[in-house]
Amino acid sequence: MSVDTNPGDNSLERAGLDQKTWDELREIAARYPEARSGLLPMLHLVQSVEGRITPEGIEACAEVLGISAAEVNGVATFYTMYKRKPVGDYHVGVCTNTLCAVMGGDLIFERLKDHLDVGNDETTEDGKVTLEHIECNAACDYAPVMMVNWEFMDNQTPESAIQVVDDLRAGTEVHSTRGPRLGTWREAERVLAGFPDDRADEGPAAGAPSLVGLRIARENGWTAGTDTTGQDATAASTKGDDQ
Amino acid sequence: MTDMLTPVLTDNWDAERAWTLASYEEHGGYAALDKAFAMAPDDVINAVKESGLRGRGGAGFPTGMKWGFIPQDNPKPKYLVVNADESEPGTCKDTPLMLASPHTLVEGVIISSYAIRANTAFIYVRGEIIHVIRRLQRAVQEAYLAGHLGKNIHGSGYDLDLIVHAGAGAYICGEETALLEGLEGRRGQPRLRPPFPAVAGLYASPTVINNVESIASVPSIINHGAAWFAGMGTEKSNGYGIFSLSGHVTKPGQYEAPLGITLRELIDLAGGMREGHELKFWTPGGSSTPLLTPEHLDVPLDFESVGAAGSMLGTRALQLFDETTCVVRAVLRWTEFYKHESCGKCTPCREGTWWLTQTLARLEKGQGSEADLDLLLDQCDNILGRSFCALGDGATSPISSSIQHFRDEYLAHLSHGGCPFDHAASTVFSPVGADA
Amino acid sequence: MTTTDKAPDTVDTDLVTLTIDGVQVSVPKDTLVIRAAEQVGVQIPRFCDHPLLDPVGACRQCLVDIPDAGNGRGFPKPQASCTLPVAEGMVVNTQATSEVADKAQQGVMEFLLINHPLDCPVCDKGGECPLQNQAMSNGRGESRFAESGGVKRTFPKPINISAQVLLDRERCVLCARCTRFSEQVAGDPFIALAERGALQQVAIYEREPFESYFSGNAIQICPVGALTSADYRFRSRPFDLVSTPGVAEHDACGAAIRIDHRRGKVMRRLAGNEPEINEEWISDKDRFAFRYSQVDDRITYPQVREDGELRPASWTEAFAVAARGLRDAGAGAVLTGGRLTAEDAYAYAKFARVALQTNDVDFRARPHSAEEASFLASHVALSGGVTYADLEAAPVVVLLGLEPEDEAATIFLRLRKAARQGRTQVVSVAPWTSRGLQKMKGRLVPAVPGTEAEVIASLADAEHGVSKDAVILVGERLAGTHGALSAAADLAARTGARLAWVPRRAGDRGAVEAGALPNLLPGGRPLAEASARVDVAAAWGVESLPAKVGRDGNAIVAALAKGDLGGLVVAGVDPDDTADPAAFRAALDAAGFVVSLELRATGVTRVADVVLPVAPMTDKAGTFVTWDGRARDFDAVFTNPASLPDLRILSGIADELAALGQGAPLGFRTVGEVRAEMQALGPWDGARPAHDAGKAPRVGKAPKADSFTLATWKQLIDLGSMQDGEVHLRATARTPVVRLNRAAYESVFGMLEGEPGRDQLATVTGDRGSVTLPVAVADLPDGVVWVPARSFGRGVLAELASPGSSVTVKGAQQ
Repeated sequence: MSVDTNPGDNSLERAGLDQKTWDELREIAARYPEARSGLLPMLHLVQSVEGRITPEGIEACAEVLGISAAEVNGVATFYTMYKRKPVGDYHVGVCTNTLCAVMGGDLIFERLKDHLDVGNDETTEDGKVTLEHIECNAACDYAPVMMVNWEFMDNQTPESAIQVVDDLRAGTEVHSTRGPRLGTWREAERVLAGFPDDRADEGPAAGAPSLVGLRIARENGWTAGTDTTGQDATAASTKGDDQ
Repeated sequence: MTDMLTPVLTDNWDAERAWTLASYEEHGGYAALDKAFAMAPDDVINAVKESGLRGRGGAGFPTGMKWGFIPQDNPKPKYLVVNADESEPGTCKDTPLMLASPHTLVEGVIISSYAIRANTAFIYVRGEIIHVIRRLQRAVQEAYLAGHLGKNIHGSGYDLDLIVHAGAGAYICGEETALLEGLEGRRGQPRLRPPFPAVAGLYASPTVINNVESIASVPSIINHGAAWFAGMGTEKSNGYGIFSLSGHVTKPGQYEAPLGITLRELIDLAGGMREGHELKFWTPGGSSTPLLTPEHLDVPLDFESVGAAGSMLGTRALQLFDETTCVVRAVLRWTEFYKHESCGKCTPCREGTWWLTQTLARLEKGQGSEADLDLLLDQCDNILGRSFCALGDGATSPISSSIQHFRDEYLAHLSHGGCPFDHAASTVFSPVGADA
Repeated sequence: MTTTDKAPDTVDTDLVTLTIDGVQVSVPKDTLVIRAAEQVGVQIPRFCDHPLLDPVGACRQCLVDIPDAGNGRGFPKPQASCTLPVAEGMVVNTQATSEVADKAQQGVMEFLLINHPLDCPVCDKGGECPLQNQAMSNGRGESRFAESGGVKRTFPKPINISAQVLLDRERCVLCARCTRFSEQVAGDPFIALAERGALQQVAIYEREPFESYFSGNAIQICPVGALTSADYRFRSRPFDLVSTPGVAEHDACGAAIRIDHRRGKVMRRLAGNEPEINEEWISDKDRFAFRYSQVDDRITYPQVREDGELRPASWTEAFAVAARGLRDAGAGAVLTGGRLTAEDAYAYAKFARVALQTNDVDFRARPHSAEEASFLASHVALSGGVTYADLEAAPVVVLLGLEPEDEAATIFLRLRKAARQGRTQVVSVAPWTSRGLQKMKGRLVPAVPGTEAEVIASLADAEHGVSKDAVILVGERLAGTHGALSAAADLAARTGARLAWVPRRAGDRGAVEAGALPNLLPGGRPLAEASARVDVAAAWGVESLPAKVGRDGNAIVAALAKGDLGGLVVAGVDPDDTADPAAFRAALDAAGFVVSLELRATGVTRVADVVLPVAPMTDKAGTFVTWDGRARDFDAVFTNPASLPDLRILSGIADELAALGQGAPLGFRTVGEVRAEMQALGPWDGARPAHDAGKAPRVGKAPKADSFTLATWKQLIDLGSMQDGEVHLRATARTPVVRLNRAAYESVFGMLEGEPGRDQLATVTGDRGSVTLPVAVADLPDGVVWVPARSFGRGVLAELASPGSSVTVKGAQQ
C-alpha cells in the first residue's frame, strides 16, 4: 500500500541526500521558467552525488518537481548517460558507430575489453574504469574517437587507448586531446548539472582537423569577402553567370 | 579566380584563446549586435529572409520564414531554442564551432531572440561533449558580465536570459519536438504536429528551434548584409556552410565553403583519398542521407542537386569510405544505431529497426538468401513515411541506397559464406593502409 | 458515437464535407478522419486511438491514403487517421479502397506481431482482443519474421504493478493508452513508459505501485492482454460470458457498468459507456467490489429467534412472526440505510405509514440532523437542475463537505476533465488540500470542522467567483455542522448559483424521493401539508396518513432506548456507520422487537428477532436516483425465485399485520407494481416547503488548549462491508494515516530536520477510543487532525470520536 503523499508539501525530506544536494536540486529547478525543465540536469547532479541514478535520487527529483517517481524513472531510463549501475571513476566510451568502427573503433573496443577484462558497460574490479561502446560523438574528423568522462580522446589506436586506461588506473595525470586534464566522472556530471568547474580555459580552441580548411584558405588567401554590396563576395559564388 | 573556401564561422578558430570574450571581441565580435539593435525586429527577420539562409541542421527550411511564423500577437512568452544536440552519425561541425568560438553562437542567439522577441533562450547541447558545455557556460557567463545578456542589453531596452541545458544521451532529441520534450524534463519522444512549435512549442508557447550553425550564421548576415550572404552558394541554396570530411581521406576536417561545392573539389582540397585507395561510397549529410558513390563526385553539394541525385544534403557530414570498407558491415552498424536510438513511440521504427537489424546481421554473416534483400526493401517500404518522425525514415536510407548501389556485395556475402572483407585493412592504423 | 471533444455547452453547426472511400460525408469541423470514417461504416484498425484520450498517433495502425488534403494536393505518404482532422473537400481512401493504405496497415500489423507472443490460447484477452481481431482482418496469415529466423524480444512473464493489476510486457504493443489514461484522466501517473526503442515498456517506480482508484480502466482499454487483473485472471473466456448492463451501487453517481456472468455467478464488471454520466470510466470499487454478496456470511433463508437463538423458518412463518412481534411491541419505526433501490425505499416509506402507521422512518444511517431533513425537503427532493455536463461547463464548482475522489468518483473524473480543459475552477471548503483536489487543480478554502457555515458565507465574496453560472455541490457530511447546509442554501440564493446535494450512497437520493424521511412523503410531498397527505392516502387507498412529523434516526434511537418505541424494522444499516454506534447497539438491545432485512450477518441480525434475507443487487430490478436527480434503472442479472427484494418481504409482513388488524396491505408484490404505483403517484406539484435551520444544538465544552478538532471522511477503498471479499482491491487502498499540519507535527515529534517523518506514528484519542497510525503532514488549519473514517478497526465513529469533536494526539512508539 502506498502512503498518500501530499506532493505540494516538501517538508518531509527523507531520502538519503544531504541538505546541499536538496538545495542544489531546487536551485536547478529554479533556473527554468517551469521547474520540470530542470529534470535532466537534476539527474546529472544525482549521478555526481550518488555515482549513479539511485532510488533516493529519483524520489528526491519527484518530490522537488511534484511529479511521480514513475515519471522520473521513465526519464532516467530513456537517456543513455544515466546509469543504473555504479560507474567507475572514469567512464571510457569507445565510438563504434560506423565510421569510427571502420577506422579502428571496433578493434580498440575489443582490445580494451581484453585488457581491462570487462564486457560492455562493466567496471573494472578496482572500480576505476567503466567501459562502454558509444554512438557517434560528433568528432568524426578525429576518428577513431574515444571519450573519457565525455572528454575527447581523439585519433586513438589500440595502443594509445590502452595507455590511457593504464594511466588512469595508475593515477597518472591524463589530458584530453582537445580539453582539460581529466577529472572524475562524478565531477563531470556536476558540470553537466550546470555547476561549472574551472577548466573551461584548458585545452586548445581547436584540433588540427578542425582547422584544416581554414589553413588552406589562409594559404590561398581565400575569404568570404566583406562587402555588403556583394561585389567581392560573389568571387566565392558558384552561381551561374545569369546571377 | 574563385575562392574555394570561405571561412566565416571558422575564421577565428585559430585565434589565441578563441573561445574567450576578449578574443572574440578583438575579431569584431558583438558588433553585429548593435547593428541589429538599431534595426526593428521585423527588419532583422527580413534580413535573414533575404539572405536565403536555410536551416543548417539538415532539413534546410528557410530560417527567416521560420521566424516569421511566430505569432507576435500571441500573448505568451516567445522562446528561442538552439539545437546543439549534434548526434547524426558523421556530423561534427557544431561541436568544434562551440568549442572554438562559443561567442559566435551566443551573439547569434541574442540577435535571433531579439528578432523573434524572445526574452528567454536555451542552448540544448548534447551532454556527451562536456568541454563544449564548459566553454558555452563560460561564454554565457562572460556575456552576462559584459552586458551582452541580461537586462537592457547594450542600452537597447531589450532583455534576454540564456540557459545552457545539457542533454543526457538521446539521438532523437535532435528532432526538434523531441528536443522540446527533453528540455521540458520529459522522455525525448517527438510530439504531434500540428501544433507546430512556432505556435505551441516550449511550454506550449511560440518557439523557434534552430541549429547551431544557422544561429551562428546570423551575426555575419547582419554584419555584412543579406546580399553578401545570398551572393554565395547556388540559386536556392545560399551562403556558406561547414563541410565535415571524415573517413578515408588524407586530411579529414572542417571545410567552410559556399554551398554547391562538389565532393571532388573537397577531396582535392583534403589531399585526396587515403593514399593508394579510392572512394567507394559516401554520405552527403550523415547516415540518414542515402549513400552516394563515386559517380556522384561532381554533384553540387546544395539542397537541390543532392536531392536530385537521390539523397539529401543533410548536415554536410561527408563520411568517405574507400574500397577496403564492407558496405554491409557499415549499413548493419548504422542500423544498429537506429535501433539503439529509436525512441519507441511508433511501431514501424521501434519494431522495424528490431527486425531490420536481425535480417542484416544474418546477411552480414552470409546467412539467409537473396530473397532477404527484397524482404529488407519491403520492410523499409513499410517504415519509410509510415513512422512518426524522420528517424524511421533515416533508418531506411542506408539500407535501400546500399542495396541499390551494392546489391552484388550483399550477394557476395552469401556466396562467400560471410564477410569477404578484411576489416583490419580499413582501419587508420592498418599496415595495409599505411603501406599502400 | 463521440465525434468531437467540443464543450458540452456548445452546439457545433460547422460541418465539413469530405469523401471517404468514395462516399461523401459531412461531419463537424475538427472531427478526426478515423471517426469520420466510422460515419460511413468503415472501421479503420487502431490501437493507440481512444476517443476520450488526447490523440497521439503512436501505433500507426490507422494509416490511410489521402490523395487530396482538401487543397488539391495529396499527401505523398499514408497518414495516421487518428491525428488528422477532416478538411473541406478532403479525399480519404482507407484500406477498403486503397492498396497503399492496406499495405501500410498490413506492414504496421506485421511489425506489431513480430514481438508479440503466441500465447493467445492462455491469454485473458483472447476472444475480445483488438490485436487478435485486427490481425485477422488487417494482417497476413504467416509471419515473415519467424520464417526469416527472427528472434523475439522476451520479458519475464507478468509482473504485479499493484496488488490488483498485472503487466505482461511481451504482450504490450506500447500504444500508451494505459499511461495516457492514468496521466490525463485519472491524474495518477504511477505508470509511465520507461526505457526506449524496442525495450520500451510500461513501468511503475519500484517503490510506488500503480495504486490509482481508477486502475481498472487501464486494464479495460488495453487493446491486448498486457494488463490483467488479479481478480479476473484465468477466470473465464469472454465468449463464455453473458453480459448484462447495470448501474454501479457504490455511490450516488449512477455509473453505467456491464456485468459479465457465467452460470449464475458474476465473473467481472466493466465500465459501461454512458457519455452523459461516466463516459467510459468507473472507479476500481465499482469495478472490483461485487463479491460482498457471495461471501460466507450471506443470509440465505429466513430466521426467527426462539429461546434466544435464531433458527431457520419458512417465509410464511417468518412473515407471521415478524407481524406479530411488531404488533405486540407497540409503536414501531423504520431505519433503512442508504443502499436501497428507490422501489425498495418506497416500500419502506409506505410500510411505515400504512403498516406501522408512523412517520418514524429515516434512511440516514449516518450522522444527520433536523436541519438536514428540512434541507432535503426544501432543496433536494424533486431537484434536478445540475448535470454532469453542467459540471464540465461551469466556470466555478464549489465543493462543500465533499471529497469527490473518495465519495463520488465519477464526479471527480468529470471535474478533473473540466479543470484540465481549463474551463472550470474547483473551490473546496475542506480541512486540507487532498490529492484529489490537487488533481482537479482545485483551490482550498480551509475550514476547521464546525466553522463551515461561516466559511461558506464568505464564499459569496467576489474573489471566489461564485456567480449564477457556478455550481455548488453539497456533500452529506455538511449535515455534521449546524448551519452549514443553511449557509450553502443561502449562498446559492445570494449568488444564483445552482446547488446539488451529493450523498455517498446509491440509494440516498432515491430514498429522499421515495419519502423515507420523517418529514417527507413519496414524490417530494411535504408531510406537513394536509393536501399532500390526502393525495397519498387516496392513492394508497387508506383513510389517512399519520400527520405528526416523525422521529429522525437519532430520535428513533433515543426513543427505543427510552422505551417510547418498541418495534423496529431495520434494513441495510451497519451500526458502526451511525452517529453513535454504541447508542445504536443499545437501542437495538432495548427494542422490544427487531425485524432485520439483510443480505449478510451484521450487528443487527445478530440481535434481531426475525432475520429476512433480501435479494442482492444482481437478483432484482431497481432504480437508483443519482445525485443529479436522474433515475437509473436496471434489470435483474439473475432470475432467482428464492431471492426476494425488500419490497416483497415488506408486503408479506404488511399482509400479516393487516390480517392481525393493524394497518393495510401494501398492495404490491413486484418491482414492476411498485414502479407503476410510484409513476401513478407522481411528483408533488405544490410549493416546496421552506427551509428551516432549526435550533442550534447546545455548544459543547470549549476544547482544551492541547486538543485537536477531528476531521474525517471515508476513503474510496476502505473497510466498508461492500468491499468484503475483495482482497486485491483492498490491498490497493491508501495506507491510513493521521494528518497534522507542520506546526502540530513539530510540536508532537520535535523539529523535522533529519527526521524520517512518514515513519512516525501518532495516537489519536477521543471519547470513544483511540487509534495509532503513521503520520503525514498536510496543510490543515491549526488545531485540526484528520483520519480516514473507515480504514481501521470499526472506524472513527465506533472507536474514536464523533467528527468535529475534540481529540488528543500523541507521538507513539514504533
